Amino acid sequence: MRPQDILLPVAAGLYCKPGGFHIDPVRPVERAVITHGHSDHARAGHGAVLATQETLDMMRLRYGENFAGSTQAIRYGEEIRLGDVRVKFHPAGHVLGSAQIAVTCKDTCIVASGDYKDAPDPTCTPFELVPCDVFITEATFGLPVFRHGDAADEVRKLLASVALFPERAHLVGAYSLGKAQRVIALLRAAGYDAPIYLHGAMETITHYYQGRGIDLGELRPVKGVKKTALAGTITLAPPSATSDLWTRRFPDPVTAFASGWMRVRARARQRGVELPLVISDHADWDGLTATIAATGAGEIWVTHGQEDALVHWCRSKGLKAQPLDLVGYGDEEESETPIQGEAEA
Amino acid sequence: MNRFAELLDRLAYEPGRNNKLRLITGYFREVGDPDRGYALAALTGALSFKHAKPALIRDLIAARADEVLFGLSYDYVGDLSETVALMWPKAALAAHNNPPPPTLTEVVATLRNLGKTELPKQLERWLDELDETGRWALLKLVTGALRIGISARLAKTAAAALGDKDPHEVELIWPGLAPPYLDLFAWLEGRGEKPVNRDPAPFRPVMLAHAIEDGDFAALDPADYIAEWKWDGIRVQAVAGRDDRGHITARLYSRTGEDITGSFPDLLPSLRLPGAIDGELLILREGRVQSFNVLQQRLNRKVVSPKLIKEFPIHLRAYDLLGDDENDLRELPFAERREGLERFIKKLDDPRIDLSPTVPFTSWEALTAARADPASAGAGEDAEAVEGVMLKRRDAPYLPGRPKGQWWKWKRDPHIIDAVLMYAQRGHGKRSSYYSDYTFGVWTEGETGDELVPVGKAYFGFTDEELLQIDRFVRRNTTEKFGPVRHVVHESDKGLVLEVAFEGLQRSPRHKSGVAMRFPRISRLRWDKPPREADRLETLEKMLKAEPAEIDV
Repeated sequence: MRPQDILLPVAAGLYCKPGGFHIDPVRPVERAVITHGHSDHARAGHGAVLATQETLDMMRLRYGENFAGSTQAIRYGEEIRLGDVRVKFHPAGHVLGSAQIAVTCKDTCIVASGDYKDAPDPTCTPFELVPCDVFITEATFGLPVFRHGDAADEVRKLLASVALFPERAHLVGAYSLGKAQRVIALLRAAGYDAPIYLHGAMETITHYYQGRGIDLGELRPVKGVKKTALAGTITLAPPSATSDLWTRRFPDPVTAFASGWMRVRARARQRGVELPLVISDHADWDGLTATIAATGAGEIWVTHGQEDALVHWCRSKGLKAQPLDLVGYGDEEESETPIQGEAEA
Repeated sequence: MNRFAELLDRLAYEPGRNNKLRLITGYFREVGDPDRGYALAALTGALSFKHAKPALIRDLIAARADEVLFGLSYDYVGDLSETVALMWPKAALAAHNNPPPPTLTEVVATLRNLGKTELPKQLERWLDELDETGRWALLKLVTGALRIGISARLAKTAAAALGDKDPHEVELIWPGLAPPYLDLFAWLEGRGEKPVNRDPAPFRPVMLAHAIEDGDFAALDPADYIAEWKWDGIRVQAVAGRDDRGHITARLYSRTGEDITGSFPDLLPSLRLPGAIDGELLILREGRVQSFNVLQQRLNRKVVSPKLIKEFPIHLRAYDLLGDDENDLRELPFAERREGLERFIKKLDDPRIDLSPTVPFTSWEALTAARADPASAGAGEDAEAVEGVMLKRRDAPYLPGRPKGQWWKWKRDPHIIDAVLMYAQRGHGKRSSYYSDYTFGVWTEGETGDELVPVGKAYFGFTDEELLQIDRFVRRNTTEKFGPVRHVVHESDKGLVLEVAFEGLQRSPRHKSGVAMRFPRISRLRWDKPPREADRLETLEKMLKAEPAEIDV
């Protein structure tokens, strides 16, 4: 069976005809299988949704109870049958509950990896390598200039800045699902035990992480705290808030941003970032290429990001490779939707 | 090298002057000699070695990386040094065999003595040894393009702060110092004597004036002041002195102390009397002072060709005398220095250097009249190059900086137009949450009727309260966003009219409108005025006087 008879890119997303479902559809569909809870992958309005319990919970927090007609939770390692295919979920190491989806039809296995990273992250289950015939990879950081170092070093940089400017507030822009909790966990691991302040849009999802047993120490809402009391503190906020009117409540804030994009100076400067922190939810160039090689797949489909470079690399290694033109994914920081009822924070 | 790279990295992102100073001073405190001295040299542009060409850096990466991947990466990053620093492959050396990364001192010393053919191999070794930030800083250093928004003055100020010294003191002794500045740091840390400036033609920190306001005159007595024209050129200091062997050394400095002698070789022969003149650099053609626009065509040229020198003959108009041979005159009252200056210029008797005339007056009314019409008050045909008048207290010594109540500048009224706000961009530092940089335009006839064409950009002139008002307007009337830039509504009946003041206008082929403003600022917000009543491009074109077209040199 040809792989494209199993999975095919269509306007709504990646469609599995023999299984009768879409993976991470960007438009409402009858049956959706969802890799993880970021808003560009997990949208509301589908008939039936199959995802991990965490992903379903996050969708519920974001969109409300009626985000889908029906839901079904699946565990890592669990396999279920949908039409003529078998579907199995494996950890993707991207955020809490994120999964790669292995779709097997007869003897052909395709892994749709969603967004993934192979770097350690105390807030989610580590990435699992899944041998397959066709590997569908993201390419968010698919250029050899993207090599993310140890995230712990970046957090040390943040703490050094807090020590250097004790009279200023440090404002860390971080995507509210996954990145923010990882930064907090890294700060705790580095021995920072002061209260960490949260922008209102961060609270719900962060409390959900805590409810899943992830230790984040003492967290406080920043709303209502006096300006002078914020000197020397660290506050996490959605990236869009760090350049907004909202920042006027902080004493001479140092604007930091935790993102893989911070590797490139122009990207940091465009955003007016003073303290770029290279902390990424995605695999870097070395991670992407090492993973692709290790899956043993002979054919690679490359989705959102820098497809050209990664396709070129695959071909230079003798792998069959093609870009998948899927629209609607990527740059989740830009497309952040505030969680209900918290937009005023 | 890695510690220096860390400093550069942090400075490149830090918009605030005071925070930059703290970062640099912190580095000087933490890092020992001689590394910090070479860092100071790098920041002040005082390092001298042959710079590596970009082509060499390209060759290095071509040997290590896939050409297509490099091309895609370079397109994305947009900066050669940064691209190479980021994608340089990790060295394949065994871990126990890794040499430590080079220190800044090693890099500077090696580069100084290295032959051209040895450079590529050496760079490769260093790139293998350094981390990414280190590689980036190394490549910036060897290609001679730091560009991190640090002026030499700022770096010297940061050094002075190490010993709680006045930056002027450092400026005074600076010409006699050389990297790695061991004597300077010893003095700053209280371990040694203050270094002596043995430079025969040193820079002296410049005295500046305050802008006078209407309310100031009541408290001032005309009899205490001498008035002179404020010429629209470039303030300079021309210094000549004798070295140990009695030869004359002459230098021309900008008002910040930058040595600009090399750009004006035609003035050098005229600086043959030992002394220090404070004056204005102008272009004179057939005895007439040319506008600033003409002078500008002589500035920032890489090569000063004979044709340029001939078509833009340089001239120095003298305001003040700070030194006469061995004598420092700066403690004397201005009236006495002025007499000294008149004698000095007469003795020099050189057509390229003349005296800036004083403007006689007995009352503020008389001076107001002179300022309004310089042509009939003595400036004659040069009146167009008069930017206003200067008032100097007769008894004022020459003090560095901008001391209160000594010198006043009283500019002629600026040009004013009404323009429409078109785009707004967020500011930096304390203003980083405010839309404080404004692009404005005037009407012109386009293909489909009247349209606005941008004519300038301004980011000051308004009060804090007005900034809040404009910021609110921008946020509520954004029609599109491009990264940090907001496209603000500007239609004939919807939009904000800004009254813009500016000092001059120049033809500019680089701007769509064909004109460029000098020193534009927002003078008033015209909430009352509908955009269609804003000025037209033709109004600006009328202000442009017939200037010679830019010559090809």
